[in-house]
Amino acid sequence: MTKLVKLKRDVKKYKWLLLMTVPGIIYLFINNYIPMYGVILAFKNYNYVDGIWGSPWAGWDNFRFLFNTEDAYIITRNTLLYNLVFITLNLILSVTIALLINEIKDKVISRFYQSTFLLPHIISMVVVAYLVFSFLNAENGLVNRLLLKWFSMDGISWYGEPKYWPFILVIVNAWKSVGYWSIIYFASIIGIDKEYYEAATIDGASKWKQMTRITIPLIMPVIITLTLLAVSTILRSDFGLFYQVPMNTGALIPTTQTIDTFVYRAMLQSGDVGMSTAAGLYQSVCCFVLILVANTAVRRINKQSALF
Amino acid sequence: MRELNLSKRIGPAMIHLFFWCFTIVSLVPFILIFMVSISSEDSIAQKGFSLFPNEISFGAYQFLFNDFTEIAKAYGVTIVATLVGTAVSLLITALFAYPISRAQLPFRRTISFYLFFTMLFGGGLAPWYITYVNMLGMKNTIFSMIIPNLLMGAFNVFLMRSFFASTIPESVIESATIDGAGELKIFFKIVVPLSLPIMATIGLFNTLAYWNDWYNCMLFIDNPDLYNIQYLMTKTLTNIQFLLAKSNSTAQVGELLAKMPRESVRMALAMIGVAPLLFAYPFFQKYYISGITSGAVKG
Repeated sequence: MTKLVKLKRDVKKYKWLLLMTVPGIIYLFINNYIPMYGVILAFKNYNYVDGIWGSPWAGWDNFRFLFNTEDAYIITRNTLLYNLVFITLNLILSVTIALLINEIKDKVISRFYQSTFLLPHIISMVVVAYLVFSFLNAENGLVNRLLLKWFSMDGISWYGEPKYWPFILVIVNAWKSVGYWSIIYFASIIGIDKEYYEAATIDGASKWKQMTRITIPLIMPVIITLTLLAVSTILRSDFGLFYQVPMNTGALIPTTQTIDTFVYRAMLQSGDVGMSTAAGLYQSVCCFVLILVANTAVRRINKQSALF
Repeated sequence: MRELNLSKRIGPAMIHLFFWCFTIVSLVPFILIFMVSISSEDSIAQKGFSLFPNEISFGAYQFLFNDFTEIAKAYGVTIVATLVGTAVSLLITALFAYPISRAQLPFRRTISFYLFFTMLFGGGLAPWYITYVNMLGMKNTIFSMIIPNLLMGAFNVFLMRSFFASTIPESVIESATIDGAGELKIFFKIVVPLSLPIMATIGLFNTLAYWNDWYNCMLFIDNPDLYNIQYLMTKTLTNIQFLLAKSNSTAQVGELLAKMPRESVRMALAMIGVAPLLFAYPFFQKYYISGITSGAVKG
């Protein structure tokens, strides 16, 4: 009873603080919680006339259709494999770059490199699509013209051949995001106490030794944490990368379709709301489980960087 | 001894060489589309898209500036969405983050969890889209480029909350309360002025997110008059006629199409679309870098 009285008094005392959160609470309710409830559409045959509540139930039919076709396998495979390669390559490149930036003593030059490498990160995927197009356009693109000039090879129809796209998308992704990650790793390297290096230099440790014996072990918790968090979203993909960069080309779908592009195309291009919701729910549930697992792992390694 | 000196000098030189290569890789694509945008049509026919065109021509820009209304309209939409979106977003993010940074707030854990859960689970695209289109009637309104998904993200709220919790001294709030200031007054007169660095960081993140957004426009906008600059660029990349078809009759389109230096016009539009960001970048890169590093270190 006294607890309730205290709570009542607190609510009254802090009512303005509580009221401040109201716009945010309403926004989250609309933007996040109503759609969460909307996942019941995965179990319905949605039609626009009857709406979310009125549409007839379909049981597990949407999931059955999804997993009976090859689609479920292809989109899961593509999403997983792309992310595995992205995570590995980004990790190797960005840690290497961070270690090398740390070797540059001139602050101005170091700054210049950092902001140049970050530039690709701040532009939109639409602009990236233009940049890729200027290289890969069949008729005028830089790559085909150089192939012709240097190797007298015929041009390749890049936007018609799915087999090249895994490589193209990996390169584009690295180009866009390695600068970002290397700056984050560099920030954690700067945080290392300088005394370790002073002691190592006195003991005559080479630069290489200092890197492998001091820097890398000390940023290991950050590396592990960021990698585990990336693994927890391994079933999510950057929609822009897989939709804009291949210019939404039908011929490229076998190698560029991921769960996110499938969910979009099922809904807006085929109008199959039930199937789209089912695929989205499949993704959300897997991500939910993965993030709980990853967080437990992170908490074991480094309690402070755990999400919860 | 001499050998040691040499290796000491070779190491840094190799690093710089490596980084210069990387710098070139980062910048060349931008230089390429710029060079294409100022290449003459003959030059493109002969050499294709080249970093060193045979002949320079500003015809593509002249062509675009001749009928600038479409681009100006799209820029107008982007600017309005960015300004309004960033301002409102900053306000509701701060209004939410400040109370949950205060230890005494009743229901603090519940409210934080209500926010946090949105990071763990989502309903997916289809229910979200139907919520905005069917329940809220957002289709073909400028609000659909401001409100959906961009307005308040859990990540930014938590970033701001940890800033408030670590930099606003409890004693300042206490003494203001004793002086009779209400919570709203404390927030706007004391907390906000002390938090300008985090406001600038999150404002910058939001500005970039709104400026670069094409996704909401693609989902919610069918009316070409409401296209933002990113989506106008998307449309033009796949279909160059799109730029002309909007404001001209069919006969005029054919005529204009014959006169238009197509490839360079496309790239000129890309340059016009990306130029503001490229020019602004040197001025904000410092704040952006410190923003992403502070966010990552104190996750």
